[in-house]
Amino acid sequence: METQTQTEKKETKAVMTKITGAEAVIRCLLAEGVDLVYGYPGGAIMPVYDELYKFRDQLHHVLTRHEQGATHAAQGYARTSGKVGVAIATSGPGATNFVTGIADAQIDSTPMVCITGQVGSHLLGSDAFQETDIIGISTPITKWNHQVTKAEDIPTILAKAFYIARSGRPGPVLIDITKDAQFGELDFKYSKCKGIRSYVPVPETDPKSLEEAVVLINKAKKPMIVFGQGVILGEAEEELKRFVEKSGIPAAWTILGLSALPTSHPLNVGMVGMHGNYGPNKLTNECDLLLAVGMRFDDRVTGNLQTYAKQAKIIHFEIDPAEVNKNVKADVAVMGNVKNTLNQILPLVKSDAYEAWVQEFKDHDAIEFDKVIKEELHPIKEGLSMGEVLRGINEETKGDAVIVSDVGQHQMIACRYAEFNKSKSNVTSGGLGTMGFALPAAIGAKMGAPEREVVAIIGDGGYQMTIQELGTIFQTRVPVKIVVLNNDFLGMVRQWQQLFFDKRYASTEMVNPDFVTIAKGYHIQAKRVAKREDLQEAIAEMIASKEPYFLEVCVEKENNVFPMIPTGASVSDIRLE
Amino acid sequence: MEKENFTISVYTENNIGLLNRISAIFLKRHINLDSMTASQSEIKDVFRFTIAVKVTEEQVKKIVGQIEKQIEVIRAFYHKEEDIIYQETALFKVASKLLFEERQIQNVIKNSNANIVTVTPEFFVLEKTGRRREVDALYHKLEPYGLMQFTRSGRIAVTKDKMHISTILEKFATETV
Repeated sequence: METQTQTEKKETKAVMTKITGAEAVIRCLLAEGVDLVYGYPGGAIMPVYDELYKFRDQLHHVLTRHEQGATHAAQGYARTSGKVGVAIATSGPGATNFVTGIADAQIDSTPMVCITGQVGSHLLGSDAFQETDIIGISTPITKWNHQVTKAEDIPTILAKAFYIARSGRPGPVLIDITKDAQFGELDFKYSKCKGIRSYVPVPETDPKSLEEAVVLINKAKKPMIVFGQGVILGEAEEELKRFVEKSGIPAAWTILGLSALPTSHPLNVGMVGMHGNYGPNKLTNECDLLLAVGMRFDDRVTGNLQTYAKQAKIIHFEIDPAEVNKNVKADVAVMGNVKNTLNQILPLVKSDAYEAWVQEFKDHDAIEFDKVIKEELHPIKEGLSMGEVLRGINEETKGDAVIVSDVGQHQMIACRYAEFNKSKSNVTSGGLGTMGFALPAAIGAKMGAPEREVVAIIGDGGYQMTIQELGTIFQTRVPVKIVVLNNDFLGMVRQWQQLFFDKRYASTEMVNPDFVTIAKGYHIQAKRVAKREDLQEAIAEMIASKEPYFLEVCVEKENNVFPMIPTGASVSDIRLE
Repeated sequence: MEKENFTISVYTENNIGLLNRISAIFLKRHINLDSMTASQSEIKDVFRFTIAVKVTEEQVKKIVGQIEKQIEVIRAFYHKEEDIIYQETALFKVASKLLFEERQIQNVIKNSNANIVTVTPEFFVLEKTGRRREVDALYHKLEPYGLMQFTRSGRIAVTKDKMHISTILEKFATETV
């Protein structure tokens, strides 16, 4: 057995040898605990790929079929694992193909480090082959970005990149490394970044704000919680649950908060926002206290701000000072990680049942069930509904699956009806609304949580935006389950055209290829279902499969998602039909 | 809420690209900057941006929040006009012959508290530092005679009260970074 000094000596010796910048990149990733990266090679990143080849036993690289796919896969990985996702691409088009994924990660606060190659530093600014100003391009959509032109800067910059990506309110970081920096040599020494003097990841909690919050909570008659992804990112699920259970306050969620509290929890009152549930939307404008926990009052949540919760006091539990009073003015802002602030407040809040108030949510639920949910989950009409597909998936997975959804009608249906027992189970593109997100994100989600069932729910439109990632699934054999809800329409846009543009269906009808044949071309088991009597068996077969599986469900073409708050309307004006 | 003139002071690390990051915050919101200057601050290796902008107080609060959120921004503050001492500098290039042909111009210069920076047989250069309206007043007086060139700097400002940044940075200095 080695003594500690011997080990230390060995390490010191190992870390002080001269290595190339490209090798330093890999050693930095390993030092940060990264064992999986997504990417696509090309000229300006070849030295790094050469090292990836040498280190292939320690660092697994997944070749996606498009750089956008690499970013979404890294996002999916980050969302289910809680770790930083990593994506690598070359300069020029490789880097610009990252843009959508970076913007998505920025608006949905997903920790991600993107590494791009860049032309040699002597060529910068000369319009060289595959040169693009990715720093300039990515500035407004990254938490931080930096161009490295010297090999010796790589360790400190990558250490900073990981620190910034994962700390505080997480986000994407892009590091652009010139080719000469990859080839150059350095004495490698890595130490993790522990702080940056100009950056305060988690603001201090003012004890006075906690006191004020407690006073408001304890005197409220009709309080309501709306929680967001801050709970998941802060790993505060237990704290939230304890807070909800002790205080007896009903809790609604934003789309990214979904799964932080089990959907079956008696005080989970559903989703707020445009296609959220009837009760929490209506009662937002009737509560006397709104506790916003790790959420940012997105316009899809609030509808018209002039008529949003004006009667209520508002307590905002938030980690990002820039979010406080940005959209909705808070009476009390409790700064900090919600894990800490909820913990601190828990012993001080009273226990209550708010029976009459909770009953109001149930009464609204009954109305919504009658007008919307019953027909969506148990349709009488011949055509299949998206909701009954979700019901079928719930029956097979019992709420234990990770559901990855794309963007559109199917996404709203998935988020409304999927059942979740565990956190980090709902992976979707919330803020940016990126069609094409789900297929690559599902690959990452499964790799980030290999023990879990991962089901991607995708529309026929979004599916075709990143359909090439079937190639990644084929090559890696990652056992994701893909459900395409095919209505031969860009359904959400069509719904708006029906409701607000007198049914002028401009460019929303899709003439689709044979999806089953395409999946089979990638040697993925595939099935199409168009009849109700075949549905459950097909879902069961898909879930039972140990291999990747593609299931196309032909659903009713012109179904609409309700309830709905029309753009610019008040949450009180939520429509049931 | 009424629009007002605000001055924003941003203390930053010296970083390439930060200018881009800060200006993008205004661009995204369609807000025109009246001026932006960058310089060394009173603290070693810390830069200071001074931004003049006409917006509502609610807007300026949100903008400062977004600026402070940037990793390399140490702190950002906004100030009302009455809270600061501010100046702009302008240079006027004028044909030398006017000094002899237009006697009145000598009085304009005398009364303006402007400095003559240089004189050549062809032209002379006046430097005027002051508030915007003082610079503008001189401009309007000289303009009828014909200006060969005119340029004005952005606003620079210091606050009347102590800037909290000093204590924040003192703390940094004592900590190992």
